[in-house]
Amino acid sequence: MNLFLDAFAWLFSPDRLTGSLPLPLAFAQHLIFTFVSVLIAAAIAIPLGWYIGHTGRGRQLAIGLSGAARAVPSFGLILLLVLVFGVLHKPEAAITAFVLLAIPSILAGAYAGLEAVDRRVIDAARSVGMTEWQILWKVEVPLGLPLLIGGLRSAALQVVATVAIAAYIGLGGLGFYIIQGVALRKFDQVLGGALAIVALALILDGLFALVQRLVVPRGVTAGRVKEVRATSSRRRPVVEPATK
Amino acid sequence: MNWVVNNLDLIGQLTVEHLRQSALPIVLGFLIAIPLGWLAFRFKLTRGLVLTITGLLYTIPSLALFVLLPTVLGISVLSEANLIIALTIYAVAIMARSVADALASVDPAIRQSATAVGYGAWRRFWAVEFPLAGPVVLAGLRVAAVSTIALATVGILIGVDNLGYLFTNGYQRRIIPEILAGVIATMVIALVIDGLLVLAGRWLMPWAPRRVSRARMERLALRVGEPA
Amino acid sequence: MFTARNKGRLALGAAVVGAALALSGCAAGDPLDSGDSESGSSDTIVIGSQAYYSNEIIAEIYAQALENAGFEVERNFQIGQRDAYIPALEAGDVDLFPEYTGNLLQYYDPETTATTSDDVYAALQDALPDGLTVLDQSSATDQDSYNVTGTFADQYGLTSLADLANVDVPLTLGGPPELEERPYGPSGLQEKYGVEVAFTATGDTTVEDLLAGTVNIANVFSADPRIQTEGLVTLADPEGLFLASNVVPLVNADIADEIADVINAVSAALTPEGLVALNVKSTVDQESSADIATAWLTEQGLI
Repeated sequence: MNLFLDAFAWLFSPDRLTGSLPLPLAFAQHLIFTFVSVLIAAAIAIPLGWYIGHTGRGRQLAIGLSGAARAVPSFGLILLLVLVFGVLHKPEAAITAFVLLAIPSILAGAYAGLEAVDRRVIDAARSVGMTEWQILWKVEVPLGLPLLIGGLRSAALQVVATVAIAAYIGLGGLGFYIIQGVALRKFDQVLGGALAIVALALILDGLFALVQRLVVPRGVTAGRVKEVRATSSRRRPVVEPATK
Repeated sequence: MNWVVNNLDLIGQLTVEHLRQSALPIVLGFLIAIPLGWLAFRFKLTRGLVLTITGLLYTIPSLALFVLLPTVLGISVLSEANLIIALTIYAVAIMARSVADALASVDPAIRQSATAVGYGAWRRFWAVEFPLAGPVVLAGLRVAAVSTIALATVGILIGVDNLGYLFTNGYQRRIIPEILAGVIATMVIALVIDGLLVLAGRWLMPWAPRRVSRARMERLALRVGEPA
Repeated sequence: MFTARNKGRLALGAAVVGAALALSGCAAGDPLDSGDSESGSSDTIVIGSQAYYSNEIIAEIYAQALENAGFEVERNFQIGQRDAYIPALEAGDVDLFPEYTGNLLQYYDPETTATTSDDVYAALQDALPDGLTVLDQSSATDQDSYNVTGTFADQYGLTSLADLANVDVPLTLGGPPELEERPYGPSGLQEKYGVEVAFTATGDTTVEDLLAGTVNIANVFSADPRIQTEGLVTLADPEGLFLASNVVPLVNADIADEIADVINAVSAALTPEGLVALNVKSTVDQESSADIATAWLTEQGLI
């Protein structure tokens, strides 16, 4: 407990506003890198994912790529790109790495969201005369939003974690305190930095979770039947069809 | 690529180290996730608890977890144990959820029929529910395995040598092929292990459809994303 | 699931998993050991190195020299920071480590006032715990030093740190993240030379940043080949801001006498220029530490 107290003391000490990397600046850097990277990745992945989800084409490739992308070591990718772009273009190299890492989750969120839409709903939409574009924008996208937000959430958290590691190349952000603290053997700084990163991650996660819930179209929540979950083995006659 | 040819033994050595460090978290994670996932599935109370806690742990960025664990457990930050425990936690977080989902996806009618035929709860779990949940559990295991192997490279930041060494050493010496070799080697062994798991799945569960329902797999993959 | 045929498969699968677990458990050794080391037999000398390619080369040189002299050597390189390997040395899990006098002294005695090479060496011998000792130090150094580009030096006529007072543009210092808090960092510059500098953590890309102008003074290790290849000017340090930091073998006191002859010969043969040349071979020629070590030892007639 002593260690945590020291860490909190370090975090809230007025010294944090001075020095080569004031704490607020580190927070800001961390957030900006995350925000910019997720935005760029979303701009690329969402249209692509919606296309795949709506037409069903290219899905095998997308699944395969997402799987392969999970195998990419993010730390190695950053260092590689920094050397390739040149050490004077670290922010560009880092953002490129973050974007590449964020794309798979967002892509999966986009097309899974669309695919989860019940085919009957889409048939109904077609039968009342909606054009393909209208179906996409008025039916599939709104219904697919929760899963898309889920993908964005996943991507954002991953980028936050990777930005922390990117402090190794001198990018700033909250990871800097851990890296400097280990070298200086100041554990209050190391732990303080870690707690700051966790706080940031949890806040972002909470925000996304909130958005995910708010974004569900009102019509869907209103009509939702309570999910039948077979959680107890209490003998109960099986009267309704099993839901998946 | 000259560098790669001249340093094959180093790459080989590090690959073996890497596999050794990744194997334990994956296996342990799997073993811990089964009872946890079952708890999350069986009781409404524990479901919320288990999923929230694993979800939270999963949200913690790796570098921060490497610092928090030693503080809580009293081990050294710069130790292999730290890395392995952290990787195990991430693996459990991924797989507990997938085991819970997998068990929930088993048709309740089947569960009831098994009981009707005379299976007791324990035997029913191992003989009926778990095998039927198998494909989805395997999907979670694959995601966890690949993620663990990729994530283990961050261990170099806490002084644990594995393929991540090629990253920092290559960066210091400005040798691009070295870093590239590390990245590719990591990806290759991750994808090989993934392939082996698929084959193991087919061998152990010959009744399972070759392709798990796509929608299910994607939603699963989405929920877990990739830790870093 | 438990048909007769499947039972066999499952059993085999379980056996494979069990074997995998057992193997990974065996090889891991004591999980509470920071640093991945196993205590060898008393005849095996375990040599460690930092996570720094130049240090690894020196460690490899020690290793090959000892092997040539008939010792059993076990390599445990790239252990990382002092926090990781000093405990291993003190516990006896690692026997020999190439170190740097000044930095090591500061680790054990942060308040030290010694600055010259001999003073530091003497103070170090006192500061070390029982069980650890140092053999002869080498003339080769790899210490922190402040450098500026050739053009910058010409522009302001800089040859020593004292001259920095004449510079009228804002000064930014680049170096590893921890430099900010080190006694020879910005606060030391302020105290000893009355120079105010801002600090930017440039880490491994310090030299590139200096050349690009992101920073105008940089902390570059003296054995970095790029000081010469890029025409950097190392500013002299008349006030003794930096501790001298010579290459010195840090060794387990029990085996110190056994290996003293071999290692002292290596230390004597290693010169500052020699060390720089070794670093060039690693970064420019991309040779492996093992090859570099063998070539150097052969050249020096030590193998």
